[in-house]
Amino acid sequence: MSSGDASQAVAVLAGLELLTAVLLAWRGPASSPRGPLAVQGFALAGLVAVIGVAEDEPVLWLVALLVGVLKGVVLPTLVVRRPVRAAGAAGRPAVTAAVPAVLRPAAVRGRSRVPLLLGAAGLVVVAYLAARPVARVVTGATGQALPVGFALVLVGFALLATGRRSQSQLVGFLVLDNGIATTAFLATGGVPLVVELGVSLDVLLVVLVLQVLGSRIDTAFGAGAPGGTDLDQLRELHD
Amino acid sequence: MAAVLTVPLAAALTAGPVVGPALVWVALLGPGLCALAVLLLRRRAVVLVADVVASSVVLLCGVALLAGVADGGAAVVTAGGLLRVDPLAGYLLVVVGAVALTATWGGLSPGRARSRRGGRYTALVCLFLTAMVLAVVADDLGVTWVAVEGTTITTAFLVGFAGGRRAVEAAWKYVVLASVGVGIAFLGLVLLYAATRAAGDPTLSWVRLVTDRPAVDPTVARMGLLLAALGFATKAGLAPMHAWLPDAHSQAPAPVSGLMSGVLLAVAFGAVLRIQRLDAVLLDGAAVRTLLLVGGLLSLLVAAVLVVTQRDVKRMLAYSSIEHMGLVAVAAAVGNRLALAAMLVHLLVHGLAKASTFVMAGRVLAVEGTTAIADVQGLVRSAPRVGVPFLAGAVTLLGLPPSGLFLTEAALVVAGLRSGYGWAMAIVLVLLLVVFVGMGRAVMAMTLGAPPAPAGPPEPAAAEALSAPLAPVSLALAAACLLALATPLAGTLDSVVAVLGGAP
Repeated sequence: MSSGDASQAVAVLAGLELLTAVLLAWRGPASSPRGPLAVQGFALAGLVAVIGVAEDEPVLWLVALLVGVLKGVVLPTLVVRRPVRAAGAAGRPAVTAAVPAVLRPAAVRGRSRVPLLLGAAGLVVVAYLAARPVARVVTGATGQALPVGFALVLVGFALLATGRRSQSQLVGFLVLDNGIATTAFLATGGVPLVVELGVSLDVLLVVLVLQVLGSRIDTAFGAGAPGGTDLDQLRELHD
Repeated sequence: MAAVLTVPLAAALTAGPVVGPALVWVALLGPGLCALAVLLLRRRAVVLVADVVASSVVLLCGVALLAGVADGGAAVVTAGGLLRVDPLAGYLLVVVGAVALTATWGGLSPGRARSRRGGRYTALVCLFLTAMVLAVVADDLGVTWVAVEGTTITTAFLVGFAGGRRAVEAAWKYVVLASVGVGIAFLGLVLLYAATRAAGDPTLSWVRLVTDRPAVDPTVARMGLLLAALGFATKAGLAPMHAWLPDAHSQAPAPVSGLMSGVLLAVAFGAVLRIQRLDAVLLDGAAVRTLLLVGGLLSLLVAAVLVVTQRDVKRMLAYSSIEHMGLVAVAAAVGNRLALAAMLVHLLVHGLAKASTFVMAGRVLAVEGTTAIADVQGLVRSAPRVGVPFLAGAVTLLGLPPSGLFLTEAALVVAGLRSGYGWAMAIVLVLLLVVFVGMGRAVMAMTLGAPPAPAGPPEPAAAEALSAPLAPVSLALAAACLLALATPLAGTLDSVVAVLGGAP
């Protein structure tokens, strides 16, 4: 693969990641985040594979496989799945949020997402400015796509901060994490394998822990809406 | 006695290259094996003592390793350089072991061991210890990060252990905020890695970065180090990233609160100290120093305001932890030898006193059925076995002589004045006074004065709390008062301070 091809592939895959991040910001509470998250995960895995080919690092192909399975399949599936309730409904199969496959804009559901979308556009601009000094030290085909990693981090932050349901906060966390991973692969060609494995395991465990806690919150505060309890109800603890 | 024990161990360490790495592995795997034993055997006796055994193992290995690597001994390196115990790591291992022993021994509960979820509790505490030990002994900053994130994962269910709305709310906020904060630290490490890669030698090994001093791009390295320091500081409870701390520390079971407040904060701060050292070696050190100074003063301010208005005793203790981490951060920012030595002793003494006080606060809750400050009165007379040690722990935390914290706080102020931080020390003193008055008033109202009329025979939980052993708390508080006076430790402290590059 010539370096021109590699840098085009990197640009396309990074663009795909950014697009899915915006879709996740735009989606309504009733639409499933699974599709966009899976596409984002696979785009990231593709990015790793392209870097692996361009830099001739076979170990990155293995990492690409790991990333694809974890971020393309396992984590998006976990996010939309509720673990089996411990008490009351023991043995009941996991309840998936009943969601139409198509994405619907949130405006249909009441709350406008226009501010968040405009905010996301602003965050992308900020990301481009913030990534400039880093892009300077990166050699090879990946430097120009680097701002996408930063943009994903910032959009993930925004989703986390504005998400009112446990599921939307979880989606924000995953977008943030994908952003960090994208930055890592674009800026460094991947952190050492031991660290990569540990980080992947940590992310998987954090998502599992948050899923269990989310279902406990549903039990404690009265479950119902798809996407989990409205976290604005979490007001028991304050000074 | 400790010297008698450690001298032969130190001799053994210098004699053979095998003993040191073996001790590191024992400290790392011992708690993990304890967790495994709990999950496999499920015997009540095992569930009861496994976490105490794990803490003792960590403490013994820590003391032996510290004796071996301090005073000019070579650092112990194993696992192909991923793990490395230098004097700082050895010292933090001792802190982890000592505080964990106080919290777990003081928190021994036959009632909990009998309960259905007792096994899960003990196993999680043991895994939590493993994660902390790994965070301390890892040389590769990426591995440190994985371990710090591991502490969040293992404590998540411990924070929510009590069940009910408040506990799950605290657990949710804790996991989300701590993971995001630590995630930012990883972004910082990625940028640092990119900077070293551009300088020709990609590495996240702390010791290699400190000794090789690669010529990194200053902008990228500064961004990376600042983000890393900020992320780890979230986990260390520094304001303004402290929002999760009072909730998590007040809702967790008392021994876990003691562990989190007393030692998890110190472990996370150990990572911040490593980042600060890198900033000083690779760049000019100004960025992280400013971050620590501002964060430290802000933490003191937040703690002062909220301790005064606090109505819940466990939340009050949590804010007191934010106060002490603020002091530690200011000491690290001052950065001369006296300040760093004071900071190290402060971490240990605060850990011991905080773990003891949290354990006693748990017994107060068991006896009185509430943690509301206003509902508890005259504990010293109504339940002296709970009231007196609680009062002693709180007074130690407040830094009244003979508490070791009195000496470390005085040393910090002197060190700050010497290095030209006069205005910062003035702020520190005023805020310390506010905390002193606020917390002192609440503690006096709870412990001194006339007790309310007794309301019948105590509940089973209260009976267990009233007859629980006082030895761990007494020993920890005695150590908290005497350790700062122990001059033989000065040489050891000197070698730890040397790791942090304390300027004279």
